Amino acid sequence: MVNATEFRSAVKGWLEENFPLALKGQTAMLLELASVQNNLEGDILLWRQNLAQAGYGAPTWPKAYGGAGLTHPQAKILAEEMKRVGAFNLIPALAGMGVTMVGPTVLEYGTDDQKARHLPGIASGTIRWCLGLSEPSAGSDLASLTTKAVADGDNWLLNGQKTWTSGADISQWCGALVRTDSSAKKRDGISFLMLPMDQAEIKTRPIKLIAGASPFCETFFDDAKASKDDLLGKPNEGWSVIKRLLQHERQSQTSASRTGSAREAFQDTAKRYVGVDAQGRLDDADLRIRLANHLMDATAHSLTVRRIREEARGKVEVSAAASILKNTATQVAQIKSELTLELMGYQGLGWQGDSFNEEELDNVRSWLSGKAMSIYGGSYEVQKNIISKNILGLPENTQKG
Amino acid sequence: MAALTEEQTMIRDQARSWLTEQYPVQKFREMRDSQAEFAFTPDTWAGMAEMGWPGILVPEQYGGLGLGYLTFGVVLEEIGRQLTASPLFASAFVGASAVMLAGNDQQKQQWLPAIADGSQIVTLASDEGPRHVPAAISMQASRNSGGFELNGNKTFVLEGMAASALVVAARTAGDAGDQQGISLFILAADTDGISRHALATMDSRGYANISFDKVSIPADALLGELDQGYALLEAILDRASAGIAAEMIGTAAQSFDMTLDYLKNREQFGQVIGSFQALGHRAADLYTDKEMARSCMEAALQAIDDNGENIAELCSLSKCKTGDFLHFMSNQLIQIHGGIGMTDEFDAGLYLKRARVLESCYGNQAYHRDRYARLLNF
Repeated sequence: MVNATEFRSAVKGWLEENFPLALKGQTAMLLELASVQNNLEGDILLWRQNLAQAGYGAPTWPKAYGGAGLTHPQAKILAEEMKRVGAFNLIPALAGMGVTMVGPTVLEYGTDDQKARHLPGIASGTIRWCLGLSEPSAGSDLASLTTKAVADGDNWLLNGQKTWTSGADISQWCGALVRTDSSAKKRDGISFLMLPMDQAEIKTRPIKLIAGASPFCETFFDDAKASKDDLLGKPNEGWSVIKRLLQHERQSQTSASRTGSAREAFQDTAKRYVGVDAQGRLDDADLRIRLANHLMDATAHSLTVRRIREEARGKVEVSAAASILKNTATQVAQIKSELTLELMGYQGLGWQGDSFNEEELDNVRSWLSGKAMSIYGGSYEVQKNIISKNILGLPENTQKG
Repeated sequence: MAALTEEQTMIRDQARSWLTEQYPVQKFREMRDSQAEFAFTPDTWAGMAEMGWPGILVPEQYGGLGLGYLTFGVVLEEIGRQLTASPLFASAFVGASAVMLAGNDQQKQQWLPAIADGSQIVTLASDEGPRHVPAAISMQASRNSGGFELNGNKTFVLEGMAASALVVAARTAGDAGDQQGISLFILAADTDGISRHALATMDSRGYANISFDKVSIPADALLGELDQGYALLEAILDRASAGIAAEMIGTAAQSFDMTLDYLKNREQFGQVIGSFQALGHRAADLYTDKEMARSCMEAALQAIDDNGENIAELCSLSKCKTGDFLHFMSNQLIQIHGGIGMTDEFDAGLYLKRARVLESCYGNQAYHRDRYARLLNF
């Protein structure tokens, strides 16, 4: 294995040859674009192809499945060097739930055939995946789901409704959690099926949210087909597959949201709207202390993310601590939006129109959409159940009625 | 726990087994009930000196171990778990920091080896009123023929009765409230004109009020530059805050462990009470706050060891977050234990009383929240 310095210089060389300079610093644009469509053109298409060819779309995956077989420290170097030249890995956004959740779970539970058929499309950013998990009556209590799959020759036939299927209208494949044994106890009769979205028996309908348009859909299965070869893990043991997949989701929702410069920007915003007294203190003593508290909490969260990584000795693996980090990340983000709304005063209350600037309008949308953070991926309360039972070892209650 | 080095792990394990075997909280209770002269037992302090703990910070050239702040934090945390009484923190952590930061070669030579072997107990005397406001110092240090004359009062001096020497912050210029004009001095605690009065605090730790009446000290008692002591004092207080935060994490972690144990064993309504969701969620909240506070505490000590650029900011963060957590934790220690927690026979009360005192030392949460905002310019 090459050492870190050699690897870094190899990455630098690769970026010089393969990253189209016209895309430099276009992270936000690329992310936005990659989140809504797959048919890329020009430099963007070229960049996706170059990333895919090197296996850098999902760099830690094995080479055989479209990755680059990098260690986590090497992947970190790759990310640092990309950031340094203003490049951005757009493949995770193009693959929907593929790189962050479906792929790692297929790597763990999939057969060789499933890995070979599904992983390269994800790693190259050409196949977008959505997930059919929640149902109208199965939210936090996911195991009460009723979408059914019955065996039919070489296929499973799916019937039922999923909701909150992010990107269902533009995805090529779906990972769906379905009931395959209605007679079993509720967690024991569930399977995880993978099926193509391009069939007349699947219909999707976009969901409009309090913040406006969203990537979410309702998805209806009416005798939709999944191949028998596309059941992930063992039949009726889908619950353990989904628990693992949700850990990967949680892990992707724990990242520190704030950098030093963003923090300064926040204080400046506060001073601009609220004003300062003769000593340079924010001219609202109560808000000032709540802002200080929030910035402390944000720093404590980032320091904890860092500490937990260091304790794992560089191994970035799904850990029990993800539940506390998901909750603290959520609190930090939601309180930041609330404080911003408050400090902007009347200017923070706009919905559209040129009486409000972009920052003000953006905050309203992210304040509203951020309310979902404590609901999705296991709600705030569900995470606390996980902490008390799985981390602290407190027992289940057996009281009746 | 941070990714500890092998040496730190060894020191922690040694501290944990020595303290739990020789000086568990029961010993603290016995000391409290015995009305010990200095609020600690001499054998405790002698045992610590034998293990080299007073020299953890002191550089090797001055007879110490030079192991740094994070390593000392590991020991303080174990001490905080058992409430073990000793002058270790006051002298070997705060006193040593003061001399290391502000002393000249001669002063380091004079004081550090004696701190490291435990023969001198050097403590900081800074606060004068009921609240921690370092710039408010009004104690006078006026020039006289041989050096300086000290007049004024210091309050809530940690291990003030046991101390053999004092680091005193006094005013050589300006008025109370000015940062400019504060100077630091180091002097023997039995210098003529000093009188000490032991405080019976609720946590049974050794605090004293000290008054200075025409205390004459030589010019070479000046620690650091004349009139420029405020920045040094802040740096010493930063370290003191970071260190006491480690002790606080220990006290809180022990409280957490006691509470979790009780949640798993106490039965009511035919159930182990930890199975009730209201209590399970509270335990989850406590655990989350504990992990956040620990990260801040370790980051501050690490920053001091690394001589990082944001030491002040991290030390205020650490003192504030550990203070918030200890406050919440010590109240829940009582609440979750219910009636038994209210009895003196049970240890919860010892931890609750200690908690409030630790929160107040070197600035409470309100002080550090305000300071954090000031450091961040808003």
